[in-house]
Amino acid sequence: MDTVAQQIPLEHFLVLSAILFSLGIYGVLTRRNAVLILMSVELMLNAASINMVAFAAYTSPEQFIGIIFAIFIITIAAAEVGLALAIILRIFRTRRTANVDEVAELKW
Amino acid sequence: MTVAQGIFYLIAALAVAGGLGVVLMRSTVYAALFLILALLAVAGIYILLASEFLALVQVLIYGGAVTVLLIFALMLTRTGDLPEEMLGAQWPIAGLATSLLMGLLIAAVATSNWPGDVGETTIVPFNTLGEALFRQWAVPFEVASLVLLVALVGAIILARGEEGE
Repeated sequence: MDTVAQQIPLEHFLVLSAILFSLGIYGVLTRRNAVLILMSVELMLNAASINMVAFAAYTSPEQFIGIIFAIFIITIAAAEVGLALAIILRIFRTRRTANVDEVAELKW
Repeated sequence: MTVAQGIFYLIAALAVAGGLGVVLMRSTVYAALFLILALLAVAGIYILLASEFLALVQVLIYGGAVTVLLIFALMLTRTGDLPEEMLGAQWPIAGLATSLLMGLLIAAVATSNWPGDVGETTIVPFNTLGEALFRQWAVPFEVASLVLLVALVGAIILARGEEGE
C-alpha cells in the first residue's frame, strides 16, 4: 500500500497553490467591495499555507516546521481580518460606502 | 488512478471552484459561501498531507470564526440592493496579468527539480506538535499571541467610535 506522498507528486500541490494564489490576486485587483478584497486575501494566505504544509510533508516530515508556519499564518490572518473589518466598518460609518475606489482622498 | 489521487483531484477541483466563486460571483453573500467551500477544501488538502491538527484549526478558525466575521461585515456594510458595478474597469488588464503570473508559477513548478521520493508521510502526533510549539517555538508563539491581542484591542477601539458621534 503506497502512501499519499508516493501517489501524488509534490508538484500537484504546488500547482493547486499557484492557481488559488492567482485567483486571489485577481480578486484583489478587480473587486471594488473592501470585504470581498479581504476574502481574496484569505484565499492567497491559504495558498501560501498549502505550499508550506506540502513542503513540510515532502521534504522533512520529522521536523514539521511548515506546519508550525501554517499555524502562525492562520493566527496572523485572524488578527488581520479583525483589524481590517474594523477599519472597513469605520469607513462605512463616515462614508456610507465600502467600495475602495470611492475612498480616494489620498489620490493626487 | 488510485483512491488517494481521485480524492486529491476532487478536493483540488472543489478548492478551485470555490476560489472562482469568490472572485467571480456577483452576489457578495454567494462569494462568502464559496469562500467557505474553498477553505473547507483546503482543510481536506491538509488531511491528505497528514496534518490533521491543521485541518481542525482550519475548520474551526477559518470555517467558523473568520467567515462569520466576514458575513457580519457584509451585513453591516449593505447599501441597499442596487445593481452596482461589482468589478473595477481594470479587470481585463488584471486578468491578463494574473494569467501571466499563474503561467509563470506553473512553469516554474514544472521545470524545477523537487526533492521527491520521501518514502512515507509521517503523521505528526498532536502531543509532539504541541511540545514543539511550546518549547522550540515558544517565543514566536508568545509574539503571535501579543499580535493577536493588540489587533483585537485596536479593532474594538476602531469599531466603537468616539463618544457622541
